[in-house]
Amino acid sequence: MTDLRSQSRRNFLAQCLTGAVALGAGSVLCAEPEQATQGAKSTVVVARDPMLRGTGTVVDPRRMGALLDRAMQALFGGGHSAAASPENAIAAWRRIAGPGDTISLKVNTLGGRGIATNVDLVAAICVRLQQAGAKAANIVVWDRDSEEMERAGFRIAIGGDRVQCYGTDRVGYEDELSAWGSVGSRLSKILTRSSSVLINLPVLKDHDGAGVTIALKNIYGAIHNPNKYHPNGCDPYVADLNMLPEIRSRMKLAICDATTAMYEGGPGFKPEHSWKPNSLLVSQDLVAIDYTGWQMIERKRAEMGLKTLEAEKRAPHYIATAADGEHRLGHCDPSRIAVVEV
Amino acid sequence: MNAKSVAEQNLVDAPIDRRAFLLCALASGAVLGAGELAAPAAAVPLGSNAETQSDTRFTFEARFYEKLPNRKIRCKLCPRECIVGDKERGYCGVRENRGGIYYTLVHSRVCAAHIDPIEKKPLFHYLPGTTAFSIATAGCNVNCKFCQNWDISQSRPEEIPAEYVSPHQAAAVALQYNCPTIAYTYSEPVVFAEYLMDTADAGHAAGVRSIVVSNGYMQHDSLVEAYGKMDAVKIDLKAFTESYYTKVVTGQLKPVLETLVTLCKMGKWTEIVYLVVPTLNDDDAEFRGLAQWVKANLGPDVPLHFTQFHPEYLLKNLPITPVPTLERAKAIADAEGLHYVYIGNVPGHPAQNTYCPQCRKMLVERAGFTASQMLIRKDSTCPFCRHKIPGIWHA
Repeated sequence: MTDLRSQSRRNFLAQCLTGAVALGAGSVLCAEPEQATQGAKSTVVVARDPMLRGTGTVVDPRRMGALLDRAMQALFGGGHSAAASPENAIAAWRRIAGPGDTISLKVNTLGGRGIATNVDLVAAICVRLQQAGAKAANIVVWDRDSEEMERAGFRIAIGGDRVQCYGTDRVGYEDELSAWGSVGSRLSKILTRSSSVLINLPVLKDHDGAGVTIALKNIYGAIHNPNKYHPNGCDPYVADLNMLPEIRSRMKLAICDATTAMYEGGPGFKPEHSWKPNSLLVSQDLVAIDYTGWQMIERKRAEMGLKTLEAEKRAPHYIATAADGEHRLGHCDPSRIAVVEV
Repeated sequence: MNAKSVAEQNLVDAPIDRRAFLLCALASGAVLGAGELAAPAAAVPLGSNAETQSDTRFTFEARFYEKLPNRKIRCKLCPRECIVGDKERGYCGVRENRGGIYYTLVHSRVCAAHIDPIEKKPLFHYLPGTTAFSIATAGCNVNCKFCQNWDISQSRPEEIPAEYVSPHQAAAVALQYNCPTIAYTYSEPVVFAEYLMDTADAGHAAGVRSIVVSNGYMQHDSLVEAYGKMDAVKIDLKAFTESYYTKVVTGQLKPVLETLVTLCKMGKWTEIVYLVVPTLNDDDAEFRGLAQWVKANLGPDVPLHFTQFHPEYLLKNLPITPVPTLERAKAIADAEGLHYVYIGNVPGHPAQNTYCPQCRKMLVERAGFTASQMLIRKDSTCPFCRHKIPGIWHA
């Protein structure tokens, strides 16, 4: 396994700059307000395992679990050990949720099996959450629609003393609207009634309207009217949506499944435009994780000889909006993002 | 004016919810008791009546779109011209790209149905005193912050209960309940254009007319083809400024004005409703500009209704439109030379009546949604001075 510890943050950013005009463009797009907390940085852990699939194409669940542990340990302390200990990983999860919590894991299954949140990743998370004290029945894996989840490889499970897994189609949306800024939506009852903790599990892919769709936009799957929020590259709708108190108060962590990613043709799966970074991006700052993921996509696009998203008039401006003085959902200025590679 | 049968009167007056009515109309013709659909508080297995995204009964290839590279499509139904990627939907939420083919998800997928007096649309110059079998699917191509039907207009079809009502069934129900008209209304009929066209055809074959209540936000070709099948059209002109359309409607004014001009050229009987929202579209200059435009582009005989806003959806912070504001709007439009200017949603107001523009005698008296007196002659003239009164007054 390549020892990524030797790559400093500077090298990582340099790689982003190579052939990627986007990083400069991203800096212009992501001018954060002067009043932002000086010196405070957000950490985004990029955990990679080039042997995640062994010599085949299928993810090895054990390696996925180890990758997850390494990422969580790096985010919550414990050093950059090549082999994270389960104890440290469980301790990290205790920082997210405890025995009294109801935890919802918002996966992304719209694109289908090829570009959906990996089932083994979700399984590994559920194991660690239970080891951290959460009851299985208090964990729900969810997305908008149960059929989409099944097509992505999830097995619907309702009731009983087990991890729950179903879509909002089974319970519906709240009758009352929740509104902030330009957004007024009914929220999934899974979010409002089965979650004291929300863990965001997006995938890494581009989007033909928004530019990219990662953690911030994954929340579109929690509302009844996402189609109303696609004009203007989903800006400011994505940012405004993440300001809803029901979401903001619950969101604790984002783990972006970048085991398979897409650089073109999203949101539906286009295998010809996908690649396998075999990575997880983990952060408590969704803006930072989106910015970091965006740069990964731009770098791949440059490798493949494609124009930047800005040049194609679909740069993800919503990321900067999410970081602006009105929203302050996180950092998109690379000088305020500490990317930690493990 | 036809006297209502007892059954029809009961249907009009009974507080039956839309879905219960539709169920009974389709099944037995007997009026069932009203009842709210229970919202499950916990996850439940799929029931036999659950609507799913994969319900093929309602899914047909859409009209009015063009294919693009990489399995994308460009919708040509309304001016948004949504470019929709594979597995995505247009802004309206009821049309979906599947592998480069665009589908309507709501053909025959009726989520709201009722028998309404035609005056409720409001259409005041079209078969007064009659009823319309009024239907809708989910979806809309704008997002008006004051929408009173947002629970269906802003929802995806799989989120709300619906019944399969084929075009022929819709025509049959209209006939069964002595409705001379099918009305496409409640949400936004532009987005279910395919169903609207097929149902209009079925209705006409059975001797039933069709009218549409619409925002008029559509492209020319779809307008001509879809609304060309209508016997009357009511357009909601939300305001007379682009900024209001942008901020409050998330639409555009110019295409709606073009729709009105096109309808006029097509010879379609058209009435306009302007919902007056306090502080947002209620200044005199806007009323005057609107009235001048209507007179210059459509003529003085197009009925214009100024209706009262009630707090709803995302504008619950605003007050009800004061009646003097509506009266001021009417006075300005009258002064600009429009002949038929009404005030709506204010039951009992004298401006709900129709008066002859020549002799000023009252020709149609209305109380709420009921036309209690209709004096216009069979040849559509005033009985007092024989002035021609434009409209479709008799079946």
